[in-house]
Amino acid sequence: MNNQTSDKTLLSIEDLTVRLPEGADRDNAVENISFQVNRGEILCIVGESGSGKSVTANAIMGLLPRPYVEPVAGRIVFEGRDLLQLPEATLRDLRGSRVGMIFQEPMTALNPVMKIGDQINEVFDAHGKAGRKERKEQVVELLRSVGLPDPESLGDSYPFRLSGGQRQRVMIAMALALEPGVLIADEPTTALDVTTQAQILRLIRKLQDDRDMGVMFITHDFGVVAEVADQVAVMQLGEVVESGPAQEILNNPQHPYTQRLVGSVPRFEPPEARGKLSAETLLSVRSLDKTYVTARGLFTKGRTVQAAKSVSFDIRKGETMGLVGESGSGKSTVGRCIVRLLESNGGEIRFRDEIDLASLKGRGLQPYRKHIQMIFQDPYASLNPRRKVGRIIAEGPMAHGTSQAEAHRRAEELLELVGLDSAVADRYPHEFSGGQRQRIGIARALALDPELLVADEPVSALDVSVQAQVLDLLDDIKQRLNISVLFITHDLRVAAQICERIAVMQLGEIVEYGDTREVFSNPQHPYTRELLAAVPGRNWSIPEVARKAVADQQLQKEVL
Amino acid sequence: MQKNLEFWKRFCRNKGAVVGLLIIVAVILMAIFAPLLYPDSPWKLVQRPFIPPMELDGYWFGTDTLGRDIGAGLVHGARVSLLVGLTSTVVALLIGVTLGAFAGYYGGLVDDGVMRFTELFQTVPNFALAIVLVAIMQPSVESVILAIGIVSWPPVARLVRGEFLSLRSREFVQASMVLGQSNARIILTQILPNTLSPVIVMTSLMVATAILLESALSFLGLGDPDVMSWGYMIGAARTVLRQAWWMSFFPGVMILLTVLALNLVGEGLNDAMNPRLARKSR
Repeated sequence: MNNQTSDKTLLSIEDLTVRLPEGADRDNAVENISFQVNRGEILCIVGESGSGKSVTANAIMGLLPRPYVEPVAGRIVFEGRDLLQLPEATLRDLRGSRVGMIFQEPMTALNPVMKIGDQINEVFDAHGKAGRKERKEQVVELLRSVGLPDPESLGDSYPFRLSGGQRQRVMIAMALALEPGVLIADEPTTALDVTTQAQILRLIRKLQDDRDMGVMFITHDFGVVAEVADQVAVMQLGEVVESGPAQEILNNPQHPYTQRLVGSVPRFEPPEARGKLSAETLLSVRSLDKTYVTARGLFTKGRTVQAAKSVSFDIRKGETMGLVGESGSGKSTVGRCIVRLLESNGGEIRFRDEIDLASLKGRGLQPYRKHIQMIFQDPYASLNPRRKVGRIIAEGPMAHGTSQAEAHRRAEELLELVGLDSAVADRYPHEFSGGQRQRIGIARALALDPELLVADEPVSALDVSVQAQVLDLLDDIKQRLNISVLFITHDLRVAAQICERIAVMQLGEIVEYGDTREVFSNPQHPYTRELLAAVPGRNWSIPEVARKAVADQQLQKEVL
Repeated sequence: MQKNLEFWKRFCRNKGAVVGLLIIVAVILMAIFAPLLYPDSPWKLVQRPFIPPMELDGYWFGTDTLGRDIGAGLVHGARVSLLVGLTSTVVALLIGVTLGAFAGYYGGLVDDGVMRFTELFQTVPNFALAIVLVAIMQPSVESVILAIGIVSWPPVARLVRGEFLSLRSREFVQASMVLGQSNARIILTQILPNTLSPVIVMTSLMVATAILLESALSFLGLGDPDVMSWGYMIGAARTVLRQAWWMSFFPGVMILLTVLALNLVGEGLNDAMNPRLARKSR
C-alpha cells in the first residue's frame, strides 16, 4: 500500500508502537504499524485473536488502560493533529464527535435502565450540540437512518425490548449522531446471527457511502472482509504483515501468513462426495419434541417455549450430518436431547434400530451412554480446571468399569491420536491453548469408542487457522474410526466443508433436510435461501495459492 | 508445589492476613501448652480475691472474685473457645454442604424442599435457637457444639447450593454426565472441588462467629459448668465491672483478638483463592 498520505486520508497511523506491561507474552502489543483510513473507504484490519487489532482501535480512541499499556512511539494523525499528544479534554471532545466507535457486544453496550432516545440524546448532551426540540427530531432521524422500525416511538423503549441486531443498530446510530468523519467498528457483527450480520454489514456500507465517511473495520472473518472491504491490513502478533487493496489481498495474497489465513477459510462449495455412504441407519430421530418451561413458581404458571417441534432425521453409519440454524433455532436442544442431557417431551430416539434412548432412564441408560459422546463448544469451560488432562480423558472408561491403569494407558494413546504428546497427560487444562483444549475434549469423547459423536459448535470459539486444523482432525478421525458425527453449527461455511447431509432448523423445526450439495445448490425453503444469501463473502472463491500454502504447511508438519 | 508457593505469595501480600495468622498461631500454641503454662486447674482458688493485674509476682493478670488466677483462665479458656469454634463449624459444614449440594445438583422439587427447610432455620434468630437447644440438651461442651452447629449451617447451604447451580450447567460437568459417571461421583469429584475456595473462606469467618456464640452462651451461664471459658469469665465478672475491670477486660480482649484474627485470615484467603479479584487490585 502507498504509505504517503494524500488529501483523501482522514486518519493515519504512523509507526505506532504500544508497549505491554512486563511479564506479558510479548513486549509490544503492536509494533511499528502504519496504515491510513481514507475518506469514502472501508479499511478492514484482519487478524487472529491476540494480533493487536483491538489495541490499535483503543489507542486511536485513547481508551488504553494507561500506564500498563502505553503507546511509546509513532503518531496517530487525525485532521492534522497527533492524537497521542492531545490533552485528555481535547481528546474527549474528539471522541464521539469526530471519531465514532461501535463495539462487539450489543447486548451489554447499552444501559439497560435508560430509554434508547435518552441514550442517544446523551451523545448530544456530552458535546453540547443542538437545542431540545431539534434533538428530538435528530434522534428520530438517526433511528430512521439505521433502518429501525417505527423510529418515532422507538426512542421511548428500553433496550431489553430490542433484539441483538436492533441494539447494534442503536449503537451505530449513537456512533453516527454527531456525523463523525471516521467510524471505528471493533468486530461489530461477531456476536450476531448470520442473517442479522448481513443486514448490519449492508447498513454500514450504505451509511459510509451516504456520508462519505472513512471506516476502520476490525474483524477476524475473511468472509466479512470480502463483503465490505476496500482496503485490507493483515495483522499478526502486533505487526502489519501485509496491506493493500481488498481484491489484491483476497485473491493474490503474498505474505505466507496471509496465504495461510485465507487458505484456512472453509470453502463455501461442498466438496465432491467421497466414496459410497453406507445405507445403514445408526440413529433415527422421530418427531422429537422439547418444551422449556421457564419461571415456574409456587403460584405462577411458567412461560413455555417450544425449542423442538416434531423433529425427525436419520444419521447413517459413518456420515457427518449437519444441523444448522441461527441462535434460538433449537439445534443445540436437539443435540442435547440425543446425548440425553435433556429429557425430551415426546418422540423417539432410536439407536441402531433396536432401542429407544428417549425411553431409558438412570441405570437403564448408563450402558448406552458410551455409544454416543459429545464435543462441547467452549474449550475453556468443558475441562474441569482441577483435574489433570490424563485423568479427564480416563474418567469415561473408568466409569464403565475399565481399570485405572488401563484407562490411563488408553488416554495417552488418544492424546497422540488427536495430535498431542502423550506426556501432556500430567498437565492441567489451563496450560493449553484453546485449540489444544478442544483436541483434549475430542480425545475424551473418543475414549469410550463411541459410534456417534454429537459436536455442538466445536470450532466456533477458535481462530480460523486453528479451526481448520480441528476440522481436519475431526474429519480424519471420522474416516479412520468409521464413526458418525452430528455436527451442530451456525456457520454454513463449516457445514459445507464437512457435512455429507444437512438439516436446516428454524424456530424449532427442520425446514429443509437433504444432501449438502443439493441443499446448497438448490435450496427449496425460503429460509434456507435467506441463510445462504447471508453468508459473508459467498461470491469470493478462495485462491488456489492460499489452499496450497495450507497444504504445504501440513505436509511439512507431517514430515517433521 | 509451585501452586502452593504462589498461593502463599498472594496470601502474604495482604499484611492484615499475615498478622491475623500470627495471632491465631499464638492462640493455638497457648491452648496446646496450657497445662505447661498453668499446671493447676483454672478453677482452683490460688490467692486472695481482687488482686489487680501486675501487682503480685506470678499473677500478672490478677485474680477474680473468688481468688482464681485470671491468667490460668485465659489460657485454659483458649482450649474451649478453639475446640467449640472448630468442631461446631465442622458440624455446620457437614450439614450445610450436604444439603446445599443436593439442592443445587438435583434442583426442582429437591431444591424447593431443602431451601424451604433452610429458610425455616434462617427465620428463627440464631442465638435464641441456640439457647433453647442448649437448655433442652443440658449444658455441656457437646451440646454447645451441636447447638452452634445446628444454628449456623444455613448460610453454608445457600452458598454451596448457589455454586452447584452454576457449576452443574458448566460444560465439563455435562461432559461427565455424558460419559456416564454416577451422580455421586460427579458431585464429589467434579463439582465439589470447584466450590472449595468460597467455602474455605466462609469457614474461617464461621469459626469466628462460633467463638462469639460460645462466649455469649457461657456468659449467660449456659456453657459447660466443668470447663473454664472466656465467656464464663466475663459473665462471672459482670457484677463487679466497676470495682475490678480486669476480670472482664482480659477475656474480652482475647475474644476480640481471636475473632479479629480469624476475619483477617478469611480476607487473606479470599484474596489468595480468587486471584482474579486480587489481580484487579494490583
